[in-house]
Amino acid sequence: MSKVLLVIQREYLARVKKKSFLIATLLTPLIFPAIMGVFVWIATEEKENQALRIIEVVDESGLFFMESSEQYAFSSSTDNLEAAKALVKSGERYGLLYLPNLDLTAPKGIQYYGLENPSTSLVSYLESSLKRKIEDQRLFAKGIDPAVLKEIRTEVVLQSLTLGESGEETINDATVNYALGFLSGILIYLFIFIYGNQIMQGVIEEKSTRIVEILVSSLKPFQLMMGKIVGIGAVGLTQFLIWVLLIGTFSTVVMGVLGMQMPQQQAMELANPELMATAPDPGELGAILQVLSGIDFVTLVIAFICYFLGGYLLYGALFAAVGAAVDAPSDAQQFMFPITIPLLIAYMGLFVFVLQDPTSSVSFWLSIFPLTSPIAMMGRISFGVPFWELALSLSLLVGGFLGTTWLAAKIYRIGILMHGTKPSYALIWKWIRSSQ
Amino acid sequence: MLVINQLNKSYGSHKALTEIDLQVPAGVIFGLLGPNGAGKTTLIRIINQIIQQDSGTVELAGKPLSLETIRTIGYLPEERGLYKKMTVWDQLIYFSRIKGLTAKEAKQRVTSWLEKMDIANWRNKKIEDLSKGMAQKVQFIATVIHEPSLLILDEPFSGFDPVNAELIKNEILALKEMGTTILLSTHRMESVELLCDHVAMLNQSRKILDGTIRDIKARFRPELVQVTLAGLTQALPSSWQVLAQEEGRVELQLSLQGKGVNALLTELMAYGEVLRFQELLPSMEELFIQQVKANSHE
Repeated sequence: MSKVLLVIQREYLARVKKKSFLIATLLTPLIFPAIMGVFVWIATEEKENQALRIIEVVDESGLFFMESSEQYAFSSSTDNLEAAKALVKSGERYGLLYLPNLDLTAPKGIQYYGLENPSTSLVSYLESSLKRKIEDQRLFAKGIDPAVLKEIRTEVVLQSLTLGESGEETINDATVNYALGFLSGILIYLFIFIYGNQIMQGVIEEKSTRIVEILVSSLKPFQLMMGKIVGIGAVGLTQFLIWVLLIGTFSTVVMGVLGMQMPQQQAMELANPELMATAPDPGELGAILQVLSGIDFVTLVIAFICYFLGGYLLYGALFAAVGAAVDAPSDAQQFMFPITIPLLIAYMGLFVFVLQDPTSSVSFWLSIFPLTSPIAMMGRISFGVPFWELALSLSLLVGGFLGTTWLAAKIYRIGILMHGTKPSYALIWKWIRSSQ
Repeated sequence: MLVINQLNKSYGSHKALTEIDLQVPAGVIFGLLGPNGAGKTTLIRIINQIIQQDSGTVELAGKPLSLETIRTIGYLPEERGLYKKMTVWDQLIYFSRIKGLTAKEAKQRVTSWLEKMDIANWRNKKIEDLSKGMAQKVQFIATVIHEPSLLILDEPFSGFDPVNAELIKNEILALKEMGTTILLSTHRMESVELLCDHVAMLNQSRKILDGTIRDIKARFRPELVQVTLAGLTQALPSSWQVLAQEEGRVELQLSLQGKGVNALLTELMAYGEVLRFQELLPSMEELFIQQVKANSHE
């Protein structure tokens, strides 16, 4: 047993000590916010720096008055379509909106001209404002006063709540749940692939350098394999925990700077209305925080760790078996198929079924079947999953990884000492069946 | 020290070892010879318990092989390998610990071996930054660090320059002095003649030769003598093979052809003065080739 610990220790330290581990661990949590930040920054910069675009309106009906916005201004300097086109060509106008004499019940023939293709945002902006104008015109024609109309217009925002068994109500938000399911599902997928590959590379290294021949005389092949899998898994877990800590600290700091409260504080205040009364209106960001406070992060993190470990152990054993069967990484491709396919199915299933409808029967089976459950179930967790489903899925996952480990150990034990033979599926099947 | 009895091993229909008997006495350097594919590596792997024999027994110091006996074996595989990204120090400590040394013992021994092999300055370098010879030294240390009583070396000199080969050779001899039994598998006959006390030769899964170097050479002497004659008194028979002839001296290589040595000597004396008469022993290299050829005809 102590020798397995030595192997675990070596595998762990050899990776954690690497500079690349430190860099990846510290940078990854920053990369996603950074990329989003860059996009937001570019978008705002563009908005600010963009010169006001002037669009010529040729309105033959004389019914429309287009209101200018931050980005677009409308002018009507001419009634002649050809003259207006010339303005666009000469560059004096960004575009041209042509409104023929319209039949308001069936508006047809509205055209836009420009030197370049209009952006979708421009098209939808024009369409929606024209739609409203036409509707207003038609309502007015039916005798409805525009002032009354304005009064009638209402904005509706739906707040969705989940009823808990003990009567508590939590605010939730489909978008936030989607985002959390999406993120944790992808994270598990990436973790399994990245760390599974590390197992495979490590096994191939030991095999091709014959280190394994020195090692297996002192410990059993199974101990060596498990030591490697557990050691590398511990690296993954370390990385994940550092991320949780980093993100936690980071968001506390950011919220502190922005003068906002952490979800826990919010929850406390919700429970204590007197405090709530003195607190300022949370606003839109506050609303998001309220939603976040409704999500059980503890369950999410624990589930993530369980499914990461289960999925990693299940696939890690298979990766180890592939590494043991081949002589070089380039030969591994043909045996990656049985590993890649279920992972891809889980990945596609996450987007096509699970996140769309977390309670559908396809989503259910995907999140129960051990080869796909680590990814599929993570997509469902934030939407809420009954306890018995979690228990069933996790116990099948445990059974699954015991199964793959047993299978992998049989392949590993023989494959690790075979050199020069090109293995095939038939040969590997023989290894599995051989008793010795 | 090491006693092997009726050992058999096949891979599918391929026989790798057939009824191998071998006795390696304690404290000797035992050469294991044979062409590629003869079964040497299989035999070594069985002794190391990397693979299991089909039948037969292997006993080490009177005990059957077990995980306990493994601690007393040191094995240097033919194709060398170390963790490229690990430092010399971490690597040697790891292998020592795996072989059962305590952390304290491991530190002491690694330190003293690094000094002995003249690579103490390299302890914090990664293996990938070392030259091939330097890495070989590290591997040699990893093999002997737990002071094994049986040392199995597969082609220990490959990859070393003459200076470092000499260093390793001296370390091997020093280990022998300390009582270590050494099983040396090699194709290099000059190192066999220099180092080994005892050899066994495998070919096509069978043992075809076994004995001390002197015994084997004596057994296989091809009954040749080299003779130097001076002051010839009559013409030599045309069937005699003349190697060189100058200033009245003739170098001859003659076959005994069933005659006694003394009979041949008497015969020679009739032709002139016998300055030199030497029995010609085959080199291990010749023996090796001759034996492999003779046994591959079956």
